[in-house]
Amino acid sequence: MEVKDASSALLSNYEVFQLLTDLKEQRKESGKNKHSSGQQNLNTITYETLKYISKTPCRHQSPEIVREFLTAMKSHKLTKAEKLQLLNHRPVTAVEIQLMVEESEERLTEEQIEALLHTVMSILPAGPEDEQKKNASSDMAVDEEDPA
Amino acid sequence: MFVLVEMVDTVRIPPWQFERKLNDSIAEELNKKLANKVVYNVGLCICLFDITKLEDAYVFPGDGASHTKVHFRYVVFHPFLDEILIGKIKGCSPEGVHVSLGFFDDILIPPESLQQPAKFDEAEQVWVWEYETEEGAHDLYMDTGEEIRFRVVDESFVDTSPTGPSSAEATSSSEELPKKEAPYTLVVRDLEGAARTAG
Repeated sequence: MEVKDASSALLSNYEVFQLLTDLKEQRKESGKNKHSSGQQNLNTITYETLKYISKTPCRHQSPEIVREFLTAMKSHKLTKAEKLQLLNHRPVTAVEIQLMVEESEERLTEEQIEALLHTVMSILPAGPEDEQKKNASSDMAVDEEDPA
Repeated sequence: MFVLVEMVDTVRIPPWQFERKLNDSIAEELNKKLANKVVYNVGLCICLFDITKLEDAYVFPGDGASHTKVHFRYVVFHPFLDEILIGKIKGCSPEGVHVSLGFFDDILIPPESLQQPAKFDEAEQVWVWEYETEEGAHDLYMDTGEEIRFRVVDESFVDTSPTGPSSAEATSSSEELPKKEAPYTLVVRDLEGAARTAG
């Protein structure tokens, strides 16, 4: 086995969530072979990763929301890694922005940080913990919940 | 947190699977080989993203199975340096605080990277952050199950492939401990002021 490119693209948590949910649906439909010993690793990692991502705000995102968010971020001149972290974590306080954006005191004024927070909170949907903890994340079935 | 890695490999499909579509068999074989496994210097492999190219399949003499060279992309867990992540505290030991992400457990916060001042409480086997305010010191315990926000500081890959027979005599006298090393470990730093606001 040969690795051609160890970092050809960065994936957001939402993309991985979507991929794993589709994979799970496909395997449910195909029937019996998921319990063979070879598939156990895939089952484990899929289950655990879905469980982890379901607890983050990425669960309720959609491709349109992500596109809108990236267009809105163009004016703030952030690096790809910083935009990805904002997308994955949905910060709600200035402290969180300062952690994710390098040298934020020099690059962003207070008003810019406020504006950034406002954009993040208005475009990205809130996480599951803000929905009165009704999301039982240990459940393997895909929930058809209304976004906040 | 996740990256796409382009890889090339030769996949062997045994004859009893020839009735299935080639793409499905190959996807299943690749997942069987790589899912939930650590690839040296790459990261923890999650699942197949897509197959970009299939070259011609060959059948070699003496083996009825077909061998196909496949170019594909795999989703791999490999956080970049200084990335912020949220995890759960799995436990504390004198080496530091062990944090888990559910699908990945080998994350360690060494004592020097905890909020200072911090001390290890031997009786309860837990790390404590002594937070000083005007009223006095508050002790904030790093309890198991609590969510914690951290920044990735360092990663280390260890090649855990089995050693050859020539070194077997040298290692048979030593203890079994070296075999327990995790192939992929993250060393992280606890974050100022944000550790208590996660979750």
